[in-house]
Amino acid sequence: MVKLLKHLKPHIITIICIIGFLLIQAICELSLPDYMSDIVNVGIQQGGVENAVPEAIRKSEMDKITFFMSEDDKSRVLDKYTLIDKSNPSNDDTGKYLKSYPEIKNNDVYILNTDDEEIIKELNTIMGKSILIIQTIEQRGMTDMNVGSQGSSANPLAMLSQIPKDADPFAILAKMPKEQLEAIKKLADEKFEQMPESIITQGSVPYVKAGYEALGRDTGKLQTNYILYAGLIMLLISFISLSATVIGSLLAARVAAGLSKSLRKAVFENVVSFSNTEFDKFSTSSLITRSTNDIQQVQTFIVMLLRIVFYAPILGIGGVIKVMHTDTQMSWIIGVGVLAMMSLVVVLFVVAMPKFRSMQRLVDRLNLVTRESLTGMLVVRAFSTQRYEEKKFDGANTDFTRTNLFVTRAMAAMMPVMMLVMNGITLLIVWVGAHQIDLGNMQVGNMMAFMQYAMQIIVSFLMISVVSIILPRASVSIARIAEVLNTKSVIGAPERAKEFNRDLKGCVEFRNVSFKYPGADDDVLTDISFTAKAGETTAFIGSTGSGKSTLINLIPRFYDITGGELLVDGVDIREASLHDLRDRIGYVPQKGILFSGTIESNLKYGYEGASEDELRNAAEIAQAMEFINEKEEGFNTEISQGGTNVSGGQKQRLSIARALVKKPEIFIFDDSFSALDFKTDAALRKALKEKTGNATVLVVAQRISTVMNANQILVLDEGKVAGRGTHKELMESCEVYQQIALSQLSKEELA
Amino acid sequence: MPGMGGGPIGMKNNEKAKNFKETMKRLLAYMKPYMPMIIIALMLAIGSAAFSIAGPKVLGNAVTKIFEGLVAKVGGTGTGIDFGYIGSRLLILAGLYAASSLFSFVQGYMMAGVSQKVSYNLRKEISEKINRMPLKYFDKNTHGEVLSRVTNDVDTVSQTLNQSLSQIITSVTMLIGILIMMLTISWLMTLASVLILPLSVIFISLIVKKSQKYFKSQQEYLGHVNGHVEEIFGGHNIMKAFNGEKKALDTFDKLNDTLYTSAWKSQFLSGMMMPIIFFVGNLGYVMVSILGGWLAIRNTIAVGDILAFVQYVRQFSQPLGQVAQVANVLQSTAAAAERVFEFLGEEEETEDIEKPVGTDKIKGGVTFEKVHFGYNAENIIINNFSADIKPGQRVAIVGPTGAGKTTMVKLLMRFYDLNDGDIYVDGSKISDFRRNDLRGLFGMVLQDTWLFNGTIMENIRYGKTDATDEEVIKAAKAAHAHHFIKTLPDGYNMVLNEEASNVSQGQKQLLTIARAILSDPKILILDEATSSVDTRTEVLIQKAMENLMKDRTSFIIAHRLSTIRDADLILVMKDGDIEEQGTHEQLLAEDGFYASLYNSQFENNEAS
Repeated sequence: MVKLLKHLKPHIITIICIIGFLLIQAICELSLPDYMSDIVNVGIQQGGVENAVPEAIRKSEMDKITFFMSEDDKSRVLDKYTLIDKSNPSNDDTGKYLKSYPEIKNNDVYILNTDDEEIIKELNTIMGKSILIIQTIEQRGMTDMNVGSQGSSANPLAMLSQIPKDADPFAILAKMPKEQLEAIKKLADEKFEQMPESIITQGSVPYVKAGYEALGRDTGKLQTNYILYAGLIMLLISFISLSATVIGSLLAARVAAGLSKSLRKAVFENVVSFSNTEFDKFSTSSLITRSTNDIQQVQTFIVMLLRIVFYAPILGIGGVIKVMHTDTQMSWIIGVGVLAMMSLVVVLFVVAMPKFRSMQRLVDRLNLVTRESLTGMLVVRAFSTQRYEEKKFDGANTDFTRTNLFVTRAMAAMMPVMMLVMNGITLLIVWVGAHQIDLGNMQVGNMMAFMQYAMQIIVSFLMISVVSIILPRASVSIARIAEVLNTKSVIGAPERAKEFNRDLKGCVEFRNVSFKYPGADDDVLTDISFTAKAGETTAFIGSTGSGKSTLINLIPRFYDITGGELLVDGVDIREASLHDLRDRIGYVPQKGILFSGTIESNLKYGYEGASEDELRNAAEIAQAMEFINEKEEGFNTEISQGGTNVSGGQKQRLSIARALVKKPEIFIFDDSFSALDFKTDAALRKALKEKTGNATVLVVAQRISTVMNANQILVLDEGKVAGRGTHKELMESCEVYQQIALSQLSKEELA
Repeated sequence: MPGMGGGPIGMKNNEKAKNFKETMKRLLAYMKPYMPMIIIALMLAIGSAAFSIAGPKVLGNAVTKIFEGLVAKVGGTGTGIDFGYIGSRLLILAGLYAASSLFSFVQGYMMAGVSQKVSYNLRKEISEKINRMPLKYFDKNTHGEVLSRVTNDVDTVSQTLNQSLSQIITSVTMLIGILIMMLTISWLMTLASVLILPLSVIFISLIVKKSQKYFKSQQEYLGHVNGHVEEIFGGHNIMKAFNGEKKALDTFDKLNDTLYTSAWKSQFLSGMMMPIIFFVGNLGYVMVSILGGWLAIRNTIAVGDILAFVQYVRQFSQPLGQVAQVANVLQSTAAAAERVFEFLGEEEETEDIEKPVGTDKIKGGVTFEKVHFGYNAENIIINNFSADIKPGQRVAIVGPTGAGKTTMVKLLMRFYDLNDGDIYVDGSKISDFRRNDLRGLFGMVLQDTWLFNGTIMENIRYGKTDATDEEVIKAAKAAHAHHFIKTLPDGYNMVLNEEASNVSQGQKQLLTIARAILSDPKILILDEATSSVDTRTEVLIQKAMENLMKDRTSFIIAHRLSTIRDADLILVMKDGDIEEQGTHEQLLAEDGFYASLYNSQFENNEAS
């Protein structure tokens, strides 16, 4: 895990940017419901008038409003208004306002001279209350404002409404004794003290609107403009949100692809340094999966991490903040919703997840059983085990169906329950919200916005829980990759490499060598000793599992010996430089392995600087020239991946030529001739003998004919040397060798 | 959150059924027992959709009521919000939502049961069918094809039954319902939101097109990188022996860089789908808000209707996409179902005869009489083959590749039926036996070893399923497999992996020999059985075989002349006919085809 974090390091700044863009995206998403709320509250309900603080008000009206204010409030209000005298139209502002308020030329008008939201909010309360009193007076005859409790006879406002209809109430009020007036003001204040802001605002709006109309303003247009304006802002926000998302996903895609690129490289580099021990430990196919599929998984996961895992909490927390901000009395509903959703997910996780995980295994099992009964059709029928196969299949089929049914039903349950929770939350919000609205704690638009926030929060929690289900799958991939990265080749370079003895030129010496595969109980090779000298051929023969291939694989250090000493040119190979050691060896594997490219690029694989003559020469010896010449493009013939466009025998000959081009001191042929027909085999060995005169040749073989002429033959049996000598000597002395020989050739032929 | 993090939409290949109507009819007939269930489930789906559509509208009414109550209250004209009305609305809603969810759940539960039962049966039928089909079929069709029927095709059918079917019904109901509801609120707003749809379709198809291009190139470059990785990891010994590490890394870096560019582009574009859909969704949202507000001022619609409308708009796009997919879904279902039915309708092996010959007293004499056979009628590869083999004789069949040696054996065990002529075992025609009885007479070791994913013990026991552990071990010892089995981790309990690659080819061969030994057959068949075992092991096996072959008729097919030298009868085959027959010495004396084959090996050895 730590190793992976290291690979994320170069992307830190980009990731921070991504988070920044996610923030922008979240803020945009979260502010949209606000604007919709504004459209409902202000645009529709309040006819586009935002508050009780009019932009312009006739002096006569202002006088009425200020009449009910304390001196303190009065001066505070008038301070923020500028009086424009109709008799003094030269005022600069008049022209500016004339357009909106045509009647300004017939009235003395106060114009609001501030747009500070804090001040307006303060003025809203002060002016709103006065406006409400005035409205009550003007609408006298109607019932009391019905604020909170029932109106009582002691209510001075109620008293106000007793004033005769035809009389000018303000004229009467002006005549009232000061004490009585003060009492009215005080009572009104007390009354409105408990009145929520939103009700005051909403109550005052008709008055403000009426004022605007008196000044000739087109209030219909005011409303439409307000809605259009809010809508445009919403569009703008949507667009910003889109831009942030686009840039964010661009960066996220680059980070994910970049990370997978560097991970892939790191894994590949490490695996290239692996010895056979690590390859055996992981198995080649598993290593391939790890450096391809698993890394692809991580890439997908990183994108999800950057786009969803980071986004969901931002959106969730943002939503919570928004909700806290607008109203706290209803937040508990969201808590209930999140809790219900989470417990649903947890239940599902606990119940269905184990089954879900076993699904892939069961599918594989089903496939395997089917594949087996197909590939083994002859055997199945030969042994008449159809019933056995059918039973096996039915077992796999039943297991799979049962699990699949359970998972499908769990999924079938999930969606409706989730919908039910979401819908239930909506209903709860409406019910509780209706009461809150009734109490004046919130407005309808706020409730609608609250519903959106609630959904956003719940969905974001849902996203987190969904991710937490996917996360384990990615973590398996991550762990598999980390396992590769944390594995170091057991075959390391020595701290100070010893130089090879140049005089020995290809001498290979085994001294009591034994070898055991990692984790195995028994030695594969026990106490092997021999010396292979330059210019000589040493051959190894023995049954399957006798360890002959293993033995020669020790020389290029594909594995390290576990006992004794293995010397090349007089130096223990574990103390020499790996690169120098392998430079001395021409290795031809059991199966011809070529890399994609051309014949030429394959032959030059061991020695880039080979001339055309050298290539030709090597191909000649390897008996490959004939078929190369037959190809239209000769040495430039393309070799496809895995060498599928050349035959097994051709591959083998090319891989022999490849070793020859390298001109090594030591040749290792690991059963390399068995894919060749007898004729080619013979011709090749003849040519090899002539051209590789000074090199040490080590040959593993199945055919007696291949080893018959070797200078030294080692017969291996169950990891031990069962005989050593020339063909003649062994035919006389070694029983194992005799058996092998006799099984292949008749007595007369061997004589 | 549908489509979250998924690949680009529209990457599926859309296959078409050859005969859509016919296949659908068959599928319906196949599902007949479940029809009542399916119909009930579909009605539930419609009900569920209808109830959930009604939701926003009723909710909108409640909100409108709140709004009106508030306005009245503020205006001093009313007594405030009518909680009685709202309460009743919400109760209705709760009922609607609960019913919708319940219907949807029951529907899902039922369809899951139906689809799983149907796919279980289909798979079962296919697996049993495999065992009844003549081998001929599998000469023409790959295992992959059959396998994909068991898994992919059955899955496709099951998926359609499980989800697509009810989804389609639900989607159509939703679309019609929503459209109606939207129209009852405002035709203008409906028009506006419907007009936005083509916009999103254009956006999405543009992105799909682009991202498909990059997706393809990403797959291609990924293929290159993976190819290189496979090549290097697979040939790592060569890479090491030739100090090719640096070269490998250089190539890798180059490929990796190219991959990076196409990878992030494809990732980016395919990740673009959701935001664009979201944006278009927001566009609709804003439009509805503006239009709704504007209409509300004119008292054309109520505030709650805006809320309802917003919800409808949000619900509209999802079913639309699903309905657009209907044709594709049905087509690919039909194609899958067609393949499955085709397979199930294939010709089977002929029935066993009613009064079969018993096998109790069989000694193992085999007679071929004027046998003619070809894998297809136009190409007869065995012409007029006759031979008489006495019980306990050892028959070697030799000849060049393609001479028909393996075919002989397949005919003997009645894997294929003859075009003409007859084969007799102890004087009874092989077609007069029950197939399984006949095959029970034979023990077979084939050229390609077949072992299954299970323990070594289980694999050997396959030859005689009721054998004791001791018998298995005895057979393994006789096959000289005991020694190597003991050296394996877990010994007899070691589980062979899926490719049985955790034992060597030679070892696999030994296991199949042990299996054949255990089955204690009357007649042994060794088809190139020893070719993968090296010569020394071969000697050991031969010794074991000598004992095993005592009193048993045996057929040995091998290229190695040493294996067949001691045969009682050598059949030399060439171009499907018996060219020569006789013992080794007789044939050499004849100096014919056999002699030339034998001498060719001899000559080659001299060259060394």
